[in-house]
Amino acid sequence: MNRRDSLKSILLGSVATGLALNGCSSNETKPEGMPKPDDTPLYGRTESEKLRDKELFESIFFNEHELLTIAVLCDIILPKSPAYASATEADTVAFIEFIVKDIQEHQIPMRGGLMWLDSFSNKLYNKEFIKCSEEEQFYICDQIAYPGQTKPELIQGEAFFTRLRNLTLTGYYTSKIGIDELGYKGNTSNVWDGVPDHILKKHGFEYEEEWLAKCVDQSKRGDVAQWDDKGNLIS
Amino acid sequence: MQIKEAPETFDVIIVGSGAGGGMATKILSEAGLNIAVIEAGPFFDPANPESRTQLKWSYESPRRGASSTRDFGDFDAAYGGWNIEGEPYTKKNGTKFDWFRSRMLGGRTNHWGRISLRFGPLDFKRKSLDGLGDDWPISYDDVKPYYDKVDKLIGVFGSNENLPNDPDGFFLPAPKPRLHEMYYIKGARKANVPVYPSRLSILTKAINNERGVCFYCSQCNRSCSAYADFSSGSCLIFPAQKSGGQIRLYTDSMVREVVTDDSGKATGVIFINKQDRKEYKLNARVIVLAASACSSARILLNSKSKIHKDGLGNSSGLVGRYLHDSTGAGRAAFVPDLMNRETYNEDGVGGMHVYTPWWGDNKKLNFPRGYHIEISGGLRMPAYGFGFDMDVLNKFIGARVGGYGNGLRDDVKKFYGAIIGLSGRGESIPLESNYCEIDPDVVDEWGIPVLRFHYQWSKHERLQAKHMHDTFEEIIDGMGGYALGDMPTEADDFGLLAPGRIIHEVGTTRMGNDPKKSVTNKYQQLHDVDNVFIVDAGPFVSQADKNPTWTILALSWRTCDYIVGELKRQNI
Repeated sequence: MNRRDSLKSILLGSVATGLALNGCSSNETKPEGMPKPDDTPLYGRTESEKLRDKELFESIFFNEHELLTIAVLCDIILPKSPAYASATEADTVAFIEFIVKDIQEHQIPMRGGLMWLDSFSNKLYNKEFIKCSEEEQFYICDQIAYPGQTKPELIQGEAFFTRLRNLTLTGYYTSKIGIDELGYKGNTSNVWDGVPDHILKKHGFEYEEEWLAKCVDQSKRGDVAQWDDKGNLIS
Repeated sequence: MQIKEAPETFDVIIVGSGAGGGMATKILSEAGLNIAVIEAGPFFDPANPESRTQLKWSYESPRRGASSTRDFGDFDAAYGGWNIEGEPYTKKNGTKFDWFRSRMLGGRTNHWGRISLRFGPLDFKRKSLDGLGDDWPISYDDVKPYYDKVDKLIGVFGSNENLPNDPDGFFLPAPKPRLHEMYYIKGARKANVPVYPSRLSILTKAINNERGVCFYCSQCNRSCSAYADFSSGSCLIFPAQKSGGQIRLYTDSMVREVVTDDSGKATGVIFINKQDRKEYKLNARVIVLAASACSSARILLNSKSKIHKDGLGNSSGLVGRYLHDSTGAGRAAFVPDLMNRETYNEDGVGGMHVYTPWWGDNKKLNFPRGYHIEISGGLRMPAYGFGFDMDVLNKFIGARVGGYGNGLRDDVKKFYGAIIGLSGRGESIPLESNYCEIDPDVVDEWGIPVLRFHYQWSKHERLQAKHMHDTFEEIIDGMGGYALGDMPTEADDFGLLAPGRIIHEVGTTRMGNDPKKSVTNKYQQLHDVDNVFIVDAGPFVSQADKNPTWTILALSWRTCDYIVGELKRQNI
């Protein structure tokens, strides 16, 4: 499988996942009488919000060429390596397809930026960006990926690349893969009892006795609070 | 079309189910009264898995928590926002005013910051101190017993510090400071700005056997499924129902007006059921408005009759007047010492573990009143927008800006948790010239005339915002950080946010002893109609540099005790 084909399968896989969420164009045939899966992901939506999500999922913004171009760019921005997953593996393309429908300010800059990229690529190599070799693609990106160093006539390309880099980073680091890689350890029930000692020390801090005296004794968190008349906690 | 009228007469109708309405529901139902609670939004219980957003991951939202559907992001509990489809409001004379409404049982208490600050003795007597605004007709001593009871009933963590205008209370123990909060303490102390444990209505310790204890997910704005934070539904209305109160809930029901008889006394309310779009009338001996300062003013102004020609309770012409919100300004800082952090679970409670109450001496300053400082930061769950600031930060440290490839991953980890946000929330001066009124031309989709806002900040608020920014820079400097962005200038009001943005709007039905200069008396009873009370923040004479909720709760309780007494004495 060459690079483009593997990208295409990953990309279409991820888009299909997005579509399957609303169940509108899944290829799977289900035996009759089976309950239909919930149309939208369950994350506490109101009825009108469910409807809005459904409409967004069902509409299509980018065409296949645009999606393939986004996928190539996403994986240039966050490539696969022995240590890391690629942006497309974290479903970044499906996220970008959704977010431009959800936040419409992205639409013209993204669509126009993709077109700008192909125009630039055609000028340089007489072919569209995704048909370029990796070296050619990197050369193009080098012209527009470094704000502050961009030639004045390529600033529009820089604006597009910056936007896509932002969306790729957000898409990736809000995915399960990205959150794990980042090392975020929360969103779980726990009994928080302060910054670990060795980290406090590393930053040159320690908790003061006087301050700690006002803080919770987690061994008594389940004891129902009682106070004396002056407001001193006695339980 | 005929209005459908319920056959029974309630003792009390409560309009709105937020902090004030929830407290009224509890106190009045426990007194044995037969209550109807009318809420403009749907039923909401944070424990219901269908509506729950708590402990959801960013990737469970296809927009990764972006604010395109809900103003504070996909997982915020508030249904509604700055703009509600079908329920507009208007502005005039170049006014910038944003009105946040939360249409659901419990209202805005489901998503608020839980910052629970008592007003201090000085906050009730500001005119005597600086000649601006007016004194309240009550003092701290009148409210203190109710603050004490609210502390014990609902639970608030904090610390007794014996401060002159930030009273002690009955506090649960505070959580320990997070790492970025240790940096804040360091910076603030260098700038001679005091720091104390924050005061939030979150249960760091059990307060009874019904509600859960905080499990430190930091998501109070999603409303706690364990009822470990204060929301009006979970802490007031549900317990009142469980203890056998006679409470009828009318949800998705938008009150249009209070109905009065020929003598001018209130007999009930008319509401529109949002499901069937029909009008209904409920009757009661007493009407308690708790719809929020602006919504209650709107109901009063829309309740015109032969006797109350300019709206109910409006013989003074002051309903809607003296509208004021807290001042607000904020600045973000980058702290190089927090780069490349070792990660650990730093969620903590929802909101800051430390804060700065107002510390200044106005005699030495060029503005009246003060503000408190709120702190944000830490190793938060990434959501939409994460990574957008890489270029700014790389530029800041003189590193390569932009780029692509795996080096970006190092950038992301380098800056994760290295940003601290400081926000000032302060007291503005109430002015008669700032107001909401009925727009003569516009109705909402329920046919109800809408509010039109007129509001201009004065130089006092602008100068206060300037002081906030000067202070932020000093503190940021003290913690070895760098303020991001430029210091706002006079041209942009020194960064002062538009009124309404802090969601502390108060004052529209202010209390006073003189019926010509106030709408309600010291028991939040309309001067004009003795069986109508207001228990939201409308009766506030001034806002203080505190958040209004704890005072709404205390005053609602006080008013309810008065209502029960007056009913017993057959005065109303």
